[in-house]
Amino acid sequence: MLEKKQKYSIFSIIKNSFSYHQNWQKAWRNPEPKKNYDAIIVGAGGHGLASAYYLASIHGIKNIAVIEKGWLGGGNTGRNTTIIRSNYLWDESASIYEHSLKLWENLSNELNFNVMFSQRGVLTIAHSEHELKEMSRRVNAIRLNGIDSEILNPSQIKRFVPIIDIDQKLRYPVMGGFLQKRGGTARHDAVAWGYARAADSYGVDIIQNCELHEIIHKKNKITGVVTSKGKINTKKLGVVVAGHSSVVADKIGIKLPIQSRPLQALVSEPIKPILDTVIMSNAVHMYISQSDKGEMVLGAGVDKYNSYGQKGSFPVTQHMIASAVELFPILSRLRMLRHWGGIVDTCPDASPIISKTEIEGLYFNCGWGTGGFKATPGSGHVFADLIAKDKPNSISKPFSIERFEKGKLIDEHGAAGVAH
Amino acid sequence: MLNIECPYCGFRDEIEFSCGGEAHISRPELNDKLSDKEWSEYLYSSYNPKGLFIERWVHSAGCRQWFNMVRNTVTNEIYEVYKIGSLPKTKEGLLAFKNNWRRKTKSELIDLKKKKNNGKK
Repeated sequence: MLEKKQKYSIFSIIKNSFSYHQNWQKAWRNPEPKKNYDAIIVGAGGHGLASAYYLASIHGIKNIAVIEKGWLGGGNTGRNTTIIRSNYLWDESASIYEHSLKLWENLSNELNFNVMFSQRGVLTIAHSEHELKEMSRRVNAIRLNGIDSEILNPSQIKRFVPIIDIDQKLRYPVMGGFLQKRGGTARHDAVAWGYARAADSYGVDIIQNCELHEIIHKKNKITGVVTSKGKINTKKLGVVVAGHSSVVADKIGIKLPIQSRPLQALVSEPIKPILDTVIMSNAVHMYISQSDKGEMVLGAGVDKYNSYGQKGSFPVTQHMIASAVELFPILSRLRMLRHWGGIVDTCPDASPIISKTEIEGLYFNCGWGTGGFKATPGSGHVFADLIAKDKPNSISKPFSIERFEKGKLIDEHGAAGVAH
Repeated sequence: MLNIECPYCGFRDEIEFSCGGEAHISRPELNDKLSDKEWSEYLYSSYNPKGLFIERWVHSAGCRQWFNMVRNTVTNEIYEVYKIGSLPKTKEGLLAFKNNWRRKTKSELIDLKKKKNNGKK
């Protein structure tokens, strides 16, 4: 019998303070796998957990397992720079990322878990006349899709970000920028924990330390999986394993257009608040924000060669720091505390794959590349819909894997910017 | 940082090189047997192994020559560097070469089989 979940609120904090916070209920169970499930999700990252949560909450499929080879939220969900925005150029991307942003806006409330979603704005800076023109074109397209976006001139940028240098004699002068005020950041771990707790309350089994070994299929239909915790039967299998998508696809002979690259990020020592927004620059090539703890969180592009080693190469780290100092000389004496890499699944057109496959009951959600975190709720929402109905909805349809055959790519490379 | 042995210049730092992605991909023959699927596999699909991998690299800030390299994508260990147009020689290189599914399309493989069978007769 499923225990009812405690509701988190100020009253529950006061109540639990009387017992020195020793009696809080566990946020999720740690069950052993059952023999049969209606659906199995591979990968307990943000996207996987969100998929399971929406399958249970919206579609009423509650007999689900989420299997994870490590611990939940231990992959890219715990390794990103937490930027959220929906200012994408193409209609298809705009619709999925905006769908996601709308879900973010009510997520803490829905999950009864504070994901610390902070709409502090995302400002992308232009450093040349050409970039600025291209930017205004993009802003107009974005606004036509009903997504908030505005162009700022250098003095407006200075008012918005006081630590920025807008001297026009610099090597990379700040000539303008565009701002999405509804964009911002969220607490990455809380997103995984919130979804895990909410999914668990519906009876979803989150099985950690359970690696997928083999996918079993008969007559082109999924029948089950072999894991490190034994064989589990299911008819529907959703694979949401980010950087390891090709490894899973290889087990069953599916060819994905994905390359796995390390994406690095850095966190500095905590300092007093100096930056209350997210700054991105395509020309200098980096993005930066300040966490609530006061650490500067920065990141840049992916490494230039495929890798599964979660560390990344040193020249990219150097480049990232050089860019940060170029843009904000105030950071030059800051010491970096932590540095990490996550393996991202990059697609040729920098857009995700949310798709059925040739095998009935096997679904892939991958290819989010460097920008998956912002899409967590939306990705889970449409993927759950795809798994439940075995038919893509209007949002996920353009992201089917067949787009590569038909030539209908959604090319967000230049349009998406650096921290895509 | 990788320390890469350019077959022409010797050991140099990674920043002097650019990676050109997967090596030994053959462009399928354009004929009526070639399906859209096979063509898209040639254009977009990628062999993306966790482990041994053969890539093309170019010494872009040096002699500007292209060459092939056998690397482990988990540990970054480099097993072999060899010139374009030749095949790998090490055990690891041969294994990586064998595992790759991108060198021939399905219809070309069928053709090859037919040719072999005809040769036997």
